Amino acid sequence: MAAKLLGERIKRKEDPRLIQGRAHYVDDIKLVGMLHLAFVRSPYGHARLTAINTGAARNAPGVVAVFTGEDLKGRLGFVPCAVEMDGLKIPEHPCLAIGEVRYVGEPVAAVVATGRYLAADAAALVEVDYDMLPAVTSMEQALEKGSPLVHESLGDNLAFVAKIEGGDWKSVEADPSLKVIRQRMINQRLGPMAIETRGVIASYSPGEDTLTVWSSTQIPHLLKTHLAILNKMDESRCRVIAPEVGGAFGSKLNVYGEEGVACFASRQLGKPVKWIEGRRENLAGTIHGRDQIDDVEIYAKPDGTVVGLKCFILADLGAYHQFLTPGIPTLTAMMVLGCYNIKNVFVETKGVFTNKMATDAYRGAGRPEATYIIERAMDLVARELGMDPVDVRMKNFPAPGKDIVLPTGVNYDTANYQKTLKKVLKLSGYSKLRKEQVRLRKKGKLLGIGLSTYVEICAMGPSSRMPAGGWESGTVRVEPTGKVTVLTGASPHGQGEETSFAQIVAGELGIPYDDVTVFHGDTAQVPMGIGTFGSRATAVGGSAIYYAAQRIKKKMARIAAHKLEIKPGEVVFADGKLQSKDGSKSVAFTEIVTEAYYARQLPPGVEPGLSELYVFEPPNFTYPFGAHVAVTEIDAQTGEVSLRNYFAVDDCGRILNPMLVDGQVHGGLAQGIGQALWEELIYDENGQLLTGTLMDYAMPRARQFPWFETANTETRTPVNPLGVKGVGEAGTIGSTPALVNSVVDAMSAFGVRHIDMPLKPEKIWVHLKQGAMPGRDAA
Amino acid sequence: MKIGIKINGKWHENDVEPRLLLVHYLRDVASLTGTHIGCESSLCGACTVLLNGDAVKSCTVLAVQADGAEVTTIEGLARDGNLHPLQQGFWEEHGLQCGFCTPGMIMSACQLLARNPHPSRGEIREGIEGNLCRCTGYQHIVKAVEWAAEHSGK
Ligand code: FES
Ligand code: FES
Repeated sequence: MAAKLLGERIKRKEDPRLIQGRAHYVDDIKLVGMLHLAFVRSPYGHARLTAINTGAARNAPGVVAVFTGEDLKGRLGFVPCAVEMDGLKIPEHPCLAIGEVRYVGEPVAAVVATGRYLAADAAALVEVDYDMLPAVTSMEQALEKGSPLVHESLGDNLAFVAKIEGGDWKSVEADPSLKVIRQRMINQRLGPMAIETRGVIASYSPGEDTLTVWSSTQIPHLLKTHLAILNKMDESRCRVIAPEVGGAFGSKLNVYGEEGVACFASRQLGKPVKWIEGRRENLAGTIHGRDQIDDVEIYAKPDGTVVGLKCFILADLGAYHQFLTPGIPTLTAMMVLGCYNIKNVFVETKGVFTNKMATDAYRGAGRPEATYIIERAMDLVARELGMDPVDVRMKNFPAPGKDIVLPTGVNYDTANYQKTLKKVLKLSGYSKLRKEQVRLRKKGKLLGIGLSTYVEICAMGPSSRMPAGGWESGTVRVEPTGKVTVLTGASPHGQGEETSFAQIVAGELGIPYDDVTVFHGDTAQVPMGIGTFGSRATAVGGSAIYYAAQRIKKKMARIAAHKLEIKPGEVVFADGKLQSKDGSKSVAFTEIVTEAYYARQLPPGVEPGLSELYVFEPPNFTYPFGAHVAVTEIDAQTGEVSLRNYFAVDDCGRILNPMLVDGQVHGGLAQGIGQALWEELIYDENGQLLTGTLMDYAMPRARQFPWFETANTETRTPVNPLGVKGVGEAGTIGSTPALVNSVVDAMSAFGVRHIDMPLKPEKIWVHLKQGAMPGRDAA
Repeated sequence: MKIGIKINGKWHENDVEPRLLLVHYLRDVASLTGTHIGCESSLCGACTVLLNGDAVKSCTVLAVQADGAEVTTIEGLARDGNLHPLQQGFWEEHGLQCGFCTPGMIMSACQLLARNPHPSRGEIREGIEGNLCRCTGYQHIVKAVEWAAEHSGK
């Protein structure tokens, strides 16, 4: 039974409620007496707050209270940052601005009213006097002497500098035979853009002195801890519930000021308070992703062997740290060598404050940047040396194997990069495509073929390497009726854990899949947890559940063995029975469950009941990998790129449910392709957000994508008992460089070696108009 | 203002503010929270419902404009406990992840299939052009609509 359930394409348990409109996201929850919260936000990138007049707002219909930063001073804590690093500057980050605003959208005042419209009406009546201050939005300017300071008290805009160095640079730099290739690459700022914006309901009960918070979050347990600290409340009296969460992509892996204010307001007023973020607020005030300038130097032998890579990373952190802000670019540094055996590395990462919203974890979080750098670099090497990009990659892959240690300090669990690359070459018909490209070029048509072979760091992660714990909890409880309740701390937001985790438990216990129900997201129900991010849910959370199920099995086997008069080690779980190996003796699963609860004939030393918690601490990260091919066509008149084909071969270790894996890959691809071709958040030099609505931020739509051709290889990891590596971010990480490599490949006919993202027609058109394409047949 | 709207076959009468959006009427007054809000600016499609049979973004319609009209929301699709073919298709083909875009997506697809019962993949992509999904990359949604087209009327 176990073998049958794991690896099967099983429909999701969560879907019936979702497809019928019966699920409950935060905004679907209504509480008696509930009040509504609206925020007044800074329209300026940098300004001093000279006066806030809340009089008119207070007198507006339905208004119950108005709060400013001054009201919260000393009563509500600061927005937390979990990252610890040598020399890291952490400015105070109040939930409502005090004295100064530092980015457009920063909350300045909060209005609580009896209705949503009334709160919004009154917010418009709050009068704020701003004294404009010079803003800085360019990282390079921010690091210059005399630049405006985002935080005067810090003395400069440099939040941290971190270095990674490995190998023998003296001999690399002294070797005159090496080609040195340099390139600056811009990794633009993106919006995570979950379709459900953020939302929170805080409900304080004065009598019981308890605070219950519903939040659209990826991390209910961490949020509970931090909201308790922020509100100076006893954590035992706080409960956080992540109800249905409508997408997150890292943006809800955070503790936001608005959550703090909602709790504060509810505690002050003794009533439930709801805040639902608008889309404009979401674009301005929910964390952003990426935003790096990366200067790369690659040292290669004439035969294509890359011996060294230097990278100077400037990471735009925005105005304040959110939960993981400064940690994200350090992941770029860690993963910058990609899946290549490069012996010498030097990475310097500078985190820079600017007058923008904070960057933080957005799907991939630091690794898409790393993969972009190294995959573009490999293509630059191929170009410089006149080699095929495939050959350069094959030349630099480590031999397939285990425990591959790179000079960046990462330790790849299992690798077989050749296998995925070969598979995608076959799937895409790579050599045929190259021939077609030559044919089309003669006709003046531009076809691009782009490759990316990536490795990512997933299943986050060993606690020693994580800012706030990397373990995950799993609880398996067999109820007295024989139905099984599973609790996971890895609170999902679309991943399908109710399905895949039920597959694990039903398989292990030999019972019907329908008998298993998975719950998550409520800190009063799930004893402890971290959350879902960093492609960790199945690898870490699923493993915890697997081990909890082993504990249940061990106990049930003891009871069954006692009854059947065999050894516990001989008990097999299958088909709703516990039986001896040869099947000659057996007892119903439910009978042992009854025994465990009635507890009349338990073997000596066995406690009644069947509930087990396991906390899994992973010994290492996992390192999924893959190879992608993007085929693009470029309109030689307009510079418009269209993606003709996309081929992806991903190795995420063992696959528990291929349908869910495909879904994760597709969604990731769409986001990665979105970055390459369309998406970009732009601030002007005053810190004004120019892409503050869905009119200006180019979200990918259905007809912009071709049919994705996907396949897998399965290289299991020894890091966890399931052998799964994680797949949540693979598509995003692998696809962006494949796209850019493809377009640059097409444009190589014009001598182009790099174009920065997003690859909008105007950027390509500039090159097209610079002259006729060499090698084109005369028409 | 007094208005009457027939929602999923049931008549609703209320006194509403003239500025109340239809989506807020559905969610807050009629307590049908299956219709979602992703932007309130007619750009994401999460709030799509059928208004007299046409797919509209209910965040750009005032409740008073729907006075006397028939509205179908996601809650009104299943009949006698049987899922609508589109709902079934989304389930079979994994056409959703977080599910937030799903009600709007299904309502748009409803209109598409009503007008074109056997759309090509390209036509399906065109048909859901007004609906954003950040989770699925759309491919399984296309398959879900194909599934529904194949199984409709059976
Ligand atoms: S909420 Fe109506 S289109 Fe987005
Ligand atoms: S399923 Fe999450 S937005 Fe479409």
